[in-house]
Amino acid sequence: MHTATATRISRKTWVISAVAVCLALLVGVCVGAVSIPPADVLAELGNHLPFVHHSNNSSLNSTIIWQLRLPRVILALVVGSMLATAGCSYQGTFRNPLADPYLLGVSAGAGLGATVAIVSNHSVAHWVLPIASFAGALIAVALTYSLGRSALVGRSSTALVLAGVAVANLLTAIQTLVQQRNAEKIREVYAWVLGRLNTAGWGDVRLVTPYIAVCLIVLIRYRRVLDIFAVGDEEALTLGLPVNRARAAVIIAASLGTAAAVSVTGLIGFVGIIVPHILRLIVGNSYRVLMPLSLMFGGVFLVLADVIARTALAPQEIPIGVVTALIGAPFFLYILGSRRSADLT
Amino acid sequence: MSDNSVPTLSVDHLSVFIDKKPIVCDISLNISVGQWTCIIGPNGAGKSTLLKALAGILKSEGSISVDGNDLRSFSEKDRACWIGYVAQDPVFPRGMRVFDYVMLGRTAHLNLLASETPLDTSMTESVLRDLDLMEFSHRDVATLSGGERQRVAIARALAQASPFVLLDEPTTALDVGHQQEVLELIDRLRAEHKIAVISTMHDLTVSGMYTDHLVLMNHGKSSVSGTPHEVLTPEHIKIHYKVDVDIIDNAGFPMVLPRRTLQ
Repeated sequence: MHTATATRISRKTWVISAVAVCLALLVGVCVGAVSIPPADVLAELGNHLPFVHHSNNSSLNSTIIWQLRLPRVILALVVGSMLATAGCSYQGTFRNPLADPYLLGVSAGAGLGATVAIVSNHSVAHWVLPIASFAGALIAVALTYSLGRSALVGRSSTALVLAGVAVANLLTAIQTLVQQRNAEKIREVYAWVLGRLNTAGWGDVRLVTPYIAVCLIVLIRYRRVLDIFAVGDEEALTLGLPVNRARAAVIIAASLGTAAAVSVTGLIGFVGIIVPHILRLIVGNSYRVLMPLSLMFGGVFLVLADVIARTALAPQEIPIGVVTALIGAPFFLYILGSRRSADLT
Repeated sequence: MSDNSVPTLSVDHLSVFIDKKPIVCDISLNISVGQWTCIIGPNGAGKSTLLKALAGILKSEGSISVDGNDLRSFSEKDRACWIGYVAQDPVFPRGMRVFDYVMLGRTAHLNLLASETPLDTSMTESVLRDLDLMEFSHRDVATLSGGERQRVAIARALAQASPFVLLDEPTTALDVGHQQEVLELIDRLRAEHKIAVISTMHDLTVSGMYTDHLVLMNHGKSSVSGTPHEVLTPEHIKIHYKVDVDIIDNAGFPMVLPRRTLQ
């Protein structure tokens, strides 16, 4: 007798994911220039459970855990979740498994916005960066969206992605120009462009978490809608989906979340492609499964990538964006090479 | 949708322009539930365009209304509750399971951000059972054969539970056995589920065997309409298809037999 059910995340998968997130956090806090035994970390966390930031953090370990490791690890978790979920969302709305915040020019726009903010102000207040990034990302996505829609009659995802590539190149060129004309600030911009988690403090976490949380909640609620996009705009419309409105909502939420992430950590690439892709190989293509898992494993991925960044060449640190690119670029080429062209439409 | 009245789909002076060229001109139709109306006509006559306009995919002039309410003033969701659509070449996304694909039909009955309820799941299951697709429910839709795909696409339209269902060339890709199987299925469902079927079809003989009402379109216009016997005559076919045929009686149905003239 056959039983039929909808695809959903099994209890086993939920447990595995939750365990993976906890383990990644633990590893992230333990490993570093000074390694701290997991038992001490757990004891320290246990001390603070009822009221965080409460009592005796006089010991060195306590300071390292609370002031250095934990904000950094949590920022990596939040930003990784956002980038992977945004990538997954773009892939769904554009029916293109290679879509990514980069492909659509969103990151470039956010980068340009932040660069302009850095060079135009001698001591840029830290809260200006996210707003400048938001503005840049929204301008980029608006450009991509309107170019893609006007380029061809009808609604073609391919046109949108091509428009995104053009917009990304244009904005990157403008960013380079801005940098060239402001050579004295170039170090500051470069440090930011390469991606950074090393200076993360609770301030950064507090700054971006509200934005990212809202965007993630919106995107997760659209997971069923992303599955409808899979049958194409025409059929989705006849199934009763307000295609343009739903697509705009997903793109805006994903872009705002990406901008918030980019504004504090700089450009961290490939998370939005690597994480959803590995998950696709394991759990299939259903977005109602992929979206929550991308959220969790995106965080896990970036926390572990950051561990590599600060231990591989210790005592020096590799910029986190370099680590994800070193893992991600070959992986991206592998996907390009192994997937048949039919899968990429 | 009230159960006691029989809804009627009224198409009034419908025209569709693509790049300012008229593809469908001034079509008027009245369709009641339980009927099977078939649009026939030579290639490029505007048959698929007409269905796409009815489905709301293409903009149109004139009116498309159900019981006096213009469907084009409806939201996507409300329109989908009235009209279902199976494309000529539906998209079967790689990696999507049959159950999930058929359950997409429930979209029209859910708010945008809502999840499916147990009712949606059980309706999907009963459609799968009805169409003998339970053993396929875990299969990847992209790996199904042509006949299986067509049944799965029809299952999705049934799960949508709209009283009017548009089928664009439902049997084009099928061999004669699977073609008959799918047509018999559509015929049974139309009676059991009280739905109106509006299809396009290429095979004139088959269209005459299964449908109640034929509309012969050419150059975007409705040229002849009526029962199969009224429409399928050697004269009409000569004018619109530019071919000589004989009409033979086939157990009460008109059978269109092409004549070959050897030179």
